[in-house]
Amino acid sequence: MARKTFVLALLVALAFAAALFAGCAPAAPKAPYDGVIKIGNVAPMTGDIPAVGEHGRYGVELAMEDIGYEVKVGEHTYKIEILLEDNEAKAESSAAVGTKLIAEDEVLAIIGAYASKQAIPLGEVADREKTPTISPWSTNPRTTMDRPYVFRACFLDPFQATVGAKYVKENWPEITKVAVLYDVASDYPKGLAEYFKASAEEVGLEIVAFETFTTKDRDFSSQLTKIMESGAELFYTPQYYDEVPLIVAQAKELGWDKPIFGSDSWAGGDLASLCGDDCVGLRFTTHYAMVGATGKTKAFIDAYRAKYGSEPSDVGALAYDAAQMLIKAIENTGGLTGDLAEDRDNIKREMARIKDWPGTTGEMSFTPEGDPIKCAVVVEYNEDHLIEFVAWACP
Amino acid sequence: MTLTGFFRYFVSALQWGSFYALIAIGYTMVYGVLMLFNFAHGDIFMAGSYIGLFVAGALLAISAGGLIPMAPWLILILTIVGTMLGTSIVGMLVERIAYRPLRNAPRASAAVTGLMIGLLMETGNLRLLGAERRKFPSLIETTVYKVGGVSITNTKIMIVGVSLALMYILHLLVRRTKWGMAMRAMAYDFPVVPLMGVSIDSIASATFVLGSSMAAIAGIFFCTAYPVLEPYMGILIGWKAFIAAIVGGRGSIVGAMFGGYLLGFIEIFVPAILPSTFRDLIAYTIILIILTFRPHGFFGEPYSAHMRL
Repeated sequence: MARKTFVLALLVALAFAAALFAGCAPAAPKAPYDGVIKIGNVAPMTGDIPAVGEHGRYGVELAMEDIGYEVKVGEHTYKIEILLEDNEAKAESSAAVGTKLIAEDEVLAIIGAYASKQAIPLGEVADREKTPTISPWSTNPRTTMDRPYVFRACFLDPFQATVGAKYVKENWPEITKVAVLYDVASDYPKGLAEYFKASAEEVGLEIVAFETFTTKDRDFSSQLTKIMESGAELFYTPQYYDEVPLIVAQAKELGWDKPIFGSDSWAGGDLASLCGDDCVGLRFTTHYAMVGATGKTKAFIDAYRAKYGSEPSDVGALAYDAAQMLIKAIENTGGLTGDLAEDRDNIKREMARIKDWPGTTGEMSFTPEGDPIKCAVVVEYNEDHLIEFVAWACP
Repeated sequence: MTLTGFFRYFVSALQWGSFYALIAIGYTMVYGVLMLFNFAHGDIFMAGSYIGLFVAGALLAISAGGLIPMAPWLILILTIVGTMLGTSIVGMLVERIAYRPLRNAPRASAAVTGLMIGLLMETGNLRLLGAERRKFPSLIETTVYKVGGVSITNTKIMIVGVSLALMYILHLLVRRTKWGMAMRAMAYDFPVVPLMGVSIDSIASATFVLGSSMAAIAGIFFCTAYPVLEPYMGILIGWKAFIAAIVGGRGSIVGAMFGGYLLGFIEIFVPAILPSTFRDLIAYTIILIILTFRPHGFFGEPYSAHMRL
């Protein structure tokens, strides 16, 4: 009898407990923002560089799919909604869609913009409105400078030239004389050339020719002849993918058979079809390498290829990293309060605290300026016209 | 500068000057005959390059597909002929659409129309084919010859040789044929030409055909030497060739040739001796000084300048 009573009591207790739990669920505090985290993605979907926009969109999409468009922050699980906005590759549109995302859509954070021209104005708006923003691809120092709310996933221009010069010194120890050929009328190559010169001299290389041309020039024979006459054993040319094939072909025709070294702008477009066999064996520094990738990078490349049927560019990889880092920072806040300003502030704080985070483009930690500390990759344009990993170039 | 160095620069300058000369001829002929600066000429050059790209691509595909196997030199010649034809049509259309309706309008209006047609062609191309760079196929295998430390390629020899030959043929055409005589007559005394029973319209078209053909050749050669094409490739080289035409003397084919090579040599040798950053600054200061002392250029005929202005 006693036993029967006990069982009954137990059942009643269980029923009570069940009722209690069932009753409790709807009564628990509701997740802020109706359980949806909104994140903006400001990309150049139309305009001069639509390929960049598309790769950026794919990178962010893939990053979200990896986590199932869901993230657990504190005790609640949130759905993630990505709001894609087109800035038409224009500076003013970038600021305008940024304002719209921040004020009307009330996003928690923004990914973008991509090219520096659009990332600088977006960064200005975002910092003023105190909304954490991470640019995957902008390498200009001004994007994040004095803007605590603005971050980036890639390294800066000067950095690449610095590690590039160091790599030249270490990889070709017999080389002492180096030349530089660059476009004096374009910001990016000019900056890189100057940083390379300074760093090369610092590591003990002699700059024997520092030759320039201007944008749209197609003939470099005069400068190249001068470089050859100077006795240089290598030349550095931080130019774009449409100029590199011309420079390389003309150098070879003039009888140059020594190394030519470059920067990530080499990979900005279709180097393979423009340069063909001429560029085989040449090396440059960049953000990540497709061939020879391992671990997380390889997994990303395989997933990207499977989903979109094309090879991921550095933009895609950096957008992927930027998006995942942002989610990580949101997770690290330990819970959202529902107060937009406070949550944005917390996310910014957690972004700045990210340390040794493993991305597809290398391990990164943030400096207080919002720039990552990470390594560059030295790659080689191989015989199959693919860009192959050679070495890490770390500061 | 060593002697080897000098010859290295010399070879480059010859090739570079050939492009300016070929394009400058188009400017100078139209100016001589129609008293008009055809500012769309740089873009006719661009159109020629793209037409060459498609003709070459089609021929290579036909040849590779085994339909009609062709030797590389035959493909090159057919590409040149096809591109000259295609570009001539473009040139004629430009004349028909942009200049013929304005034949009696102030010259400034016609010049502005030329600029607008140029913009139209650039942006039209951008719309049609996109901003992506295209690669010109290499029609002949490049061989590098070493002559005492100086590298010369077979393409360079071809470019300079064929350009000079063509310019000479053109010169003969204008000096020795009836059509050439009619062109010169128009340059000399415009109102009298129709009275002699010569159709102004057909002479104008013929002028554009010749000028555009030279631009087509320049386009193919340019793309052989610098095989990356983009819609705005004709602007800068067009401007500079225009300067070459003026320096050589408006309306003179020999002058355009001379001006083209002069410009080529200045542009290559200035950075060879001085820092390359100052190239255009110094090169065009020299041109400015030349024009100050020879306002009609080297071979210009002074009377042609105030005939119909």
